[in-house]
Amino acid sequence: MNLSRPLRFCLLWIALALAPGFAAALTAEQVRGMAIGESDDRAAAIGQAAASGDPKAAAFFQALLDGEVKTADDKVYIVRDDKARDAATGAETKLPDNADDVVNSNRMRRVIEGALASLKLLSTNLAERTAAIRELKEQADESKLPLVEKAYEVETDPKLKTELGQLRAAVLVSSSDKAKRLEAAKALTDSSHPATKTLLVERLKPDVETDAAVRAQLGLALSAIESRLAWGERLGVVFTGVSLGSILLLVALGLAITYGLMGVINMAHGELMMIGAYATYLVQNLFRAYLPGLFDAYVLVAIPAAFLTAALVGAILERSVIRWLYGRPLETLLATWGISLVLQQAVRSLFGAQNVPVENPKWLSGGVELMSNLTLPFNRIAIIAFAALVLVGVALLISRTRLGLFVRGVTQNRPMAACMGVNTARVDTYAFALGSGIAGLAGCALSQVGNVGPDLGQGYIVDSFMVVVLGGVGQLAGTVYAALGLGVLNKLLEGWQGAVLAKIMVLVVIVIFIQKRPQGIFAMKGRSAEA
Amino acid sequence: MSAVLPASPGARLEAAAAAEAGVQVQMPPPAARRTPLAIAHWTGIVLALAAICVLVPVLNLVVPAGSAFHLSDYAVQLIAKILCYAICALAMDLIWGYTGILSLGHGVFFALGGYAMGMYLMRQIGRDGNYQSDLPDFMVFLDWKTLPWHWAVSDSFAATLMLIILVPGLLAFVFGFFAFRSRIKGVYFSIITQAMTFATMLLFFRNETGFGGNNGFTDFKRILGHPIATPSMRMTLFVITGLTLVGFFLIARFLVRSKFGRVLQAIRDAESRLMFTGYDPLAYKLTIWVISAVMCGIAGALYVPQVGIINPGEMSPAASIEIAIWAAVGGRGTLIGPIVGAFFVNGAKSWFTQAFPEFWLYVLGAMFIAVTLFLPQGIVGLVRKVKGKAA
Repeated sequence: MNLSRPLRFCLLWIALALAPGFAAALTAEQVRGMAIGESDDRAAAIGQAAASGDPKAAAFFQALLDGEVKTADDKVYIVRDDKARDAATGAETKLPDNADDVVNSNRMRRVIEGALASLKLLSTNLAERTAAIRELKEQADESKLPLVEKAYEVETDPKLKTELGQLRAAVLVSSSDKAKRLEAAKALTDSSHPATKTLLVERLKPDVETDAAVRAQLGLALSAIESRLAWGERLGVVFTGVSLGSILLLVALGLAITYGLMGVINMAHGELMMIGAYATYLVQNLFRAYLPGLFDAYVLVAIPAAFLTAALVGAILERSVIRWLYGRPLETLLATWGISLVLQQAVRSLFGAQNVPVENPKWLSGGVELMSNLTLPFNRIAIIAFAALVLVGVALLISRTRLGLFVRGVTQNRPMAACMGVNTARVDTYAFALGSGIAGLAGCALSQVGNVGPDLGQGYIVDSFMVVVLGGVGQLAGTVYAALGLGVLNKLLEGWQGAVLAKIMVLVVIVIFIQKRPQGIFAMKGRSAEA
Repeated sequence: MSAVLPASPGARLEAAAAAEAGVQVQMPPPAARRTPLAIAHWTGIVLALAAICVLVPVLNLVVPAGSAFHLSDYAVQLIAKILCYAICALAMDLIWGYTGILSLGHGVFFALGGYAMGMYLMRQIGRDGNYQSDLPDFMVFLDWKTLPWHWAVSDSFAATLMLIILVPGLLAFVFGFFAFRSRIKGVYFSIITQAMTFATMLLFFRNETGFGGNNGFTDFKRILGHPIATPSMRMTLFVITGLTLVGFFLIARFLVRSKFGRVLQAIRDAESRLMFTGYDPLAYKLTIWVISAVMCGIAGALYVPQVGIINPGEMSPAASIEIAIWAAVGGRGTLIGPIVGAFFVNGAKSWFTQAFPEFWLYVLGAMFIAVTLFLPQGIVGLVRKVKGKAA
């Protein structure tokens, strides 16, 4: 990307090497200082070694972090692959019998990590530099200043250069020179990093910053950062809300078919989701065992597998139990509850009561960082897109296909549909299998973001029934609005009052809403006295 | 079986048409009129009273422990527990079997009654807790200095008795008023009651609510100043529970045979028709709903001192739905059915969870399915059918 950078980097190293006061290699004394003695002394020695920018220091820090450093009688050794080397000279030696491990407290580890990161600021690798800057932002102190300034001068990437500038300002804001502090406070106004906010709040405490002008400037910077962070938080809430809503939508779409269209209360819906999730788990295991090269593609096979497995179980349930209970919704409720108990226990017998691990494929892990405090995980984004796809698919299936026509016909007037030659029994089975299959898809999606265990379905069943009840029976549009609305409302209240109270408030809101509109957001128009 | 199940397409149509007309099909026949059977009923009640007041106390307290007839303390506690459950099942039967409203939230009333009693029992511990404080242990643990406001009357037994009736009753009244006023019925109502118990469970799981969070209340020491774990106290509570069940049975019997009860059954069978005849079902539904909730609350209050623990698990949707299955297994729309069902299901549960713990959920699940498919009138219906064939 930038040809001159390696060259300038080399020049820097040469300059560092030639400059008086910078050691060309770690001396035995330096190494001893870093490995032996009191924590404070060691930390100081590590800071000095880091400030020297010595690449050998980086290797030594890594060895310290990895627990490869041992000491014996004032001598320091690095033990790797059963071979001991003298840490100062690098010559292979024999490890004395009385060698002890160097023990690093958590505080020491942080010091070493910070020192390592500050060295990496000068790395030729862009990603390594980015990571180093991020790490240093969490623990900026004056000992890192020389390296940060050096890195700032040689940095060529404009984005990283601004970040380094802010990092420098974060260090300088606690400088003893008032002018430098003022300048730093101004520079920090452009920051949007949560750590900067913490730093500013710390500086603005009484008696920390005494100068009025600097205080005012710090206050300005703080409010600027806070407003910027607030946007990230607000967007974050909306995103998690939409993400939860899309999961609810996936769960509720299946219910919208079985309950909304067919009038069957299926308490085992959650267990059909669980079956979908376990099907995903099995496909994942098959790929890991037989096609490890294609592991990342397992989700693509798991989606139809989850759908078909759950649809098959659904069809069997419909043929064996549910078909005998049409027109008796309360009995259906109890029978399907029984089914859910049996399915849960069956999964427990087959796979054990513990959760099973389902791994994200590579392309679904990680996320896209929109703001410093707002990262959208890929798996959540994928689920939102997936829910939208399933929704479109179901809507087309119901409105455009022959099966959809039959389902609507049987829903509206069963005897008439039968008279017109529709095999209503078969339509029932297909529709129920379709609803179950969609539950399986929901389970497959859930396996990518949550735990897969025998209780997976239980957590969603109350919520998803609320979605269907709120959305109105027999309505796909209502289901969509209700799912997304409930998801966002839930997350908004959660940010305000905590998860449990938010859930309770949502339930209360629903119960009050049902008072006003017993038929849901979108009521079916009809003349039936029994609605 | 084929007579009661809409198996053929023709029967299916009939069922659908009946459902459309507002008639619920395959409901049990109305309660029997005053017949010679009544004599058998009264004999049964006297026998039940004798068993509760004489047989069990004698077998437990008088018969020596080595004897084959001795009833162990464990068995007494189990029967006492099931008696409490039977009260719940009876309450469920009044609202579901006789009025056709399936509640999936009766556990919340049971637990509220239990918590009201539990608060009193917690205060009775006094300074005998682990922390030797005036406050219950869990409050010391949370570093609370004073009793929260809702514990204000928990020192008084009389006030506790009021709370046991008022709290479930009031919740049922408010909830039922709004639900029935907007004519929420059928599965809608069932699902909303389930949401209600779920929400309350979440609330009680929180430490801030002041009900002991996850752990609930336990480690009770005494009741009305008497130690709670002695054999005589256990037997006293057992007899009170049994008498309460018999009392509630008689009240329920009176209710369902009265005009009020006939209206309830009319609501179950054809609510629209009843409304067209000039009745307003709201008051009827609300009354029986509150009565049913209060019965559950009292059952909970009797349950807690005997079992020695109450926690939010009693409010889980699964616990509430189990109450419905007791009534269904025994036979809805009969008064003895739910009691039989509570004993049958819970007896099976305590045997299975000891002998084959991993199979219990299969059995329970199968019970749900089998009863709805093959035994819509439960064990009592089956017995009647067998008797009818024999005659």
